[in-house]
Amino acid sequence: MPEQTYLEAIRAGLHEEMSRDSSVYVLGEDVALGGPFGVTKGLSEGFGVHRVVNTPISEGTVMGLAIGAATAGLRPVVEIMFIDFITLAMDQLVNHAAKLHYMSGGQLKIPLTVRVQCGISGAMGAHHSQSLESWLAHVPGLKVVMPSNPADAKGLLKAAIRDDNPVIFIEHRGLYRTRGKVPDGDHLVPIGRAAVLREGKQVTIVALANTVGVALAAADELAGGGISTEVIDPRSISPLDVETIVESVKKTSRMIIVHEAVEKGGIGAEITATVQEHALYYLDAPILRIAAPFAPVPASPSLEKQFLPNQACIVKAVRKLFG
Amino acid sequence: MPTRKENSKDLIDLLRRMWLIRAFEEKVSALYAERQIVGLLHLGIGQEAVAVGTCSLLRPDDYVFGGHRSHGHALAKGADVNRLMAEIAGRATGYCGGKGGSMHIVALEAGFVTATGVVGGTIPLALGAAFAAKEKKQGQVAVVFFGDGAGQAGPFHESLNIASLWRLPVIFVCENNGYAEFTPLSAHTKVERLAQHAKTYDISSSTVDGNDLLAVRTAISKALGKTRAGTGPVFVECLTHRLRGHYEGDPAKYRELSQLTQWKSKDPVARFTRLLKSKKAITDNELQAIESEARSRAEQAAEFSLSSPWPAEEEVATQVTADLP
Repeated sequence: MPEQTYLEAIRAGLHEEMSRDSSVYVLGEDVALGGPFGVTKGLSEGFGVHRVVNTPISEGTVMGLAIGAATAGLRPVVEIMFIDFITLAMDQLVNHAAKLHYMSGGQLKIPLTVRVQCGISGAMGAHHSQSLESWLAHVPGLKVVMPSNPADAKGLLKAAIRDDNPVIFIEHRGLYRTRGKVPDGDHLVPIGRAAVLREGKQVTIVALANTVGVALAAADELAGGGISTEVIDPRSISPLDVETIVESVKKTSRMIIVHEAVEKGGIGAEITATVQEHALYYLDAPILRIAAPFAPVPASPSLEKQFLPNQACIVKAVRKLFG
Repeated sequence: MPTRKENSKDLIDLLRRMWLIRAFEEKVSALYAERQIVGLLHLGIGQEAVAVGTCSLLRPDDYVFGGHRSHGHALAKGADVNRLMAEIAGRATGYCGGKGGSMHIVALEAGFVTATGVVGGTIPLALGAAFAAKEKKQGQVAVVFFGDGAGQAGPFHESLNIASLWRLPVIFVCENNGYAEFTPLSAHTKVERLAQHAKTYDISSSTVDGNDLLAVRTAISKALGKTRAGTGPVFVECLTHRLRGHYEGDPAKYRELSQLTQWKSKDPVARFTRLLKSKKAITDNELQAIESEARSRAEQAAEFSLSSPWPAEEEVATQVTADLP
């Protein structure tokens, strides 16, 4: 099994799906040139600029164009350069991509993938650092995935492109250079299934994207102090693999949710509500959330560090659960 | 003047298509007044010449997109009268099983891809269908209908720019009916003729009398010639007027009575009828037969719709996502 970076795994996934299916098109700002991080580097040379299409800075219209192309038989992959700019395309995503299958009584299908990177990395400030996944997960008709490692990034992207629904594929910029083993061959990860990354008996940590690595490091530290921690990466937040999370909590009786999005109204609230519906009487302690404060992302690197959930907060919170 | 000589049979057929839309929408209006149909209805009575003048020239596999006032566009593209009215009435037998309704009609079998409740929202979608058509190289075009209100929305300008830049086979049909909801165009923009925007983006354009069926056909015919030849998009602005309010129940007090009277005298159905009579292309008996056939089809559609079942309760949350292929 070769090692790849998260970024290379995404590029390989795009390359494989474009080779496999001539109806897959990539559209976005600067994509034919490789984009700002180099994810689409080399694709236009291989597939031509008619399939790897540079667009003007018109996110809303490009999203609508991709939806229209999907109604006419293509499988577009749209890149939104930063999730902060998905705000400009929300009308098309929410009112058309998400609803056309339902509103048409099943006549239309929208096989659309939206690749977008999110999160805090490199002190880019409030307009290039947000985590907006819970907005998207609130919309019926959209699927939302957030891979935390190279293997899942490739497998989920390939699954997203083959899915007949709009799938928002959220990449964390801070993970682009991280390395990991990626299975050979046609590697697919089903959308809607969580991964148990570390088994444990006394507490469950559910973490997303960039915070998965932080949670795993916290679990190591806690093991040193005698606390056995299970770490779950939902990978897909809509649909959410409720069963895997609930079964874990029934076993451990304690849960902490970690994400980089602000705490209020975040996906942690949804997971908490769901777990209490299914496993309230198994809980020995309140469910806690470790997330960003209810504030925009600051630009200063020192404030940015304060903003992020870190290993120390997780360890402290877990110890609190044990009194 | 039409670009080619139309024979009487063709002309009579065009009148028949306009009458079907008129009778359909008048029936819908009557059912709404009786509370047999509920919801938010935007009728295009008075604008039929644009829908028929455009769609009568399209191929079955061309893509048509509409807006919130699009019953006529769907019918003109060949949507089934019964299934369309049943959809507006919220019944299980409607095109969308009652999940779409008046503003979200989809009649894919007829090439009517979708309407929308968002003003200007389908303009980018039409670009996408045109993008796919260009890649498939089968000569299809995409047509999108929108009103003058959409001309002040961002996606309108972004779409004109991209369509021109990529030479997409799309025809923009602007139904300039002078009002964006309750407000006259003059209070929304200094740009009186929306075709002027097309010039900015280097798109071939024309402004025509949208209540003159043959004038619309001439403009669309020219537009199709260019678009199918691969030279890029065309913009056709049709000056028209809705003879009803913005929505059913809107008393339209913002409109001067004299203005309404003036536009009524330009009613596209009556006007085309007068033209056919002056050319002696149609007899009074034929005229009467066309109207009564249209009204009878609308009556039958109403009976079909109102006797159809409501959607089953469990349909409330089905088809939210498509099954895996």
